Amino acid sequence: MSGQHHGAAEPYPAIRTKAIESLLIEKGLFTGDAIDAKVQAYESDIGPMNGAKIVARAWVDSDYRERLIANGRAAIAEMGFADTHGAELVVHENTRAVHNVVVCTLCSCYPWAVLGLPPTWYKSFAYRSRVVIEPRKVLKEFGLELDDSVEVRVWDSNSDIRYMILPERPGGTEGLSEDELAELVSRDSMIGVAKVKRPVQVG
Amino acid sequence: MNETPDNQIANMAEDIALPRKNGELVFEAPWEGRVFGMTVALNESGEYEWSEFVRMLAAEISAADQSDDSSTYYERWLESLEKLLLDEGMLEAKELEARAAEYASGERDDDWHD
Repeated sequence: MSGQHHGAAEPYPAIRTKAIESLLIEKGLFTGDAIDAKVQAYESDIGPMNGAKIVARAWVDSDYRERLIANGRAAIAEMGFADTHGAELVVHENTRAVHNVVVCTLCSCYPWAVLGLPPTWYKSFAYRSRVVIEPRKVLKEFGLELDDSVEVRVWDSNSDIRYMILPERPGGTEGLSEDELAELVSRDSMIGVAKVKRPVQVG
Repeated sequence: MNETPDNQIANMAEDIALPRKNGELVFEAPWEGRVFGMTVALNESGEYEWSEFVRMLAAEISAADQSDDSSTYYERWLESLEKLLLDEGMLEAKELEARAAEYASGERDDDWHD
């Protein structure tokens, strides 16, 4: 807490929020630090960046890639990421010949530990019902057109098994560091409805 | 240490779900994060039922949409949280108004270190 004065009037919601927080802290309902931790957790620790870091590691370290595909749950724990609430984590690799995509037809099972909160469309009835029946058409609607020679595999998640896709490493990324690679990896590519795009040329 | 999101938060209905960008939560201002954090913390410590908050938020969003109110998602969330706190007796309207007036006048001016 700093004692700095605000020159201009603060926005109304910020004032209300401060009033609520300070009163509830005084009443002992939580501490300011607990709220800091909560915000930090949801803003930074939970989300597809975890998955992106795993993908980048697998791209640069072939031993890690093998461990990830052999036992996803152990491999993410190795990177310090939270467990999958008891579910197995199975990682499928996308290649030139095989394209994998994930769905949960029954509800909205999702690998939260590595991908954060599921996108709205993932939970939609349309996606859940259609991607199994006509995956190529659904993927095309996401802007991903696959060659007829590519085999498409759809993985249906459930409470025991969660899936994550290891997307194909795009060309033109040979000189990039692991951190730079992680920044290229989108959430959609780890669900399998997109590919990782080549980095945009700078300059 | 990483935490996993609460099942109930991950599965909020489409029309009231949290704003996200590439799957990450988006807070436009520090107060939005605080409001969200307080709501989650109070639920985790068992102060109220998440379904109760969700009902209030849905009502707030639907009322605002119908009256062409241009308030933002987290402004509506804040309104819902205020109502919840008053309903559940965690706060009294009088003390909230008094404290808000102190912040508005600059009598109190602590800030979040963000």
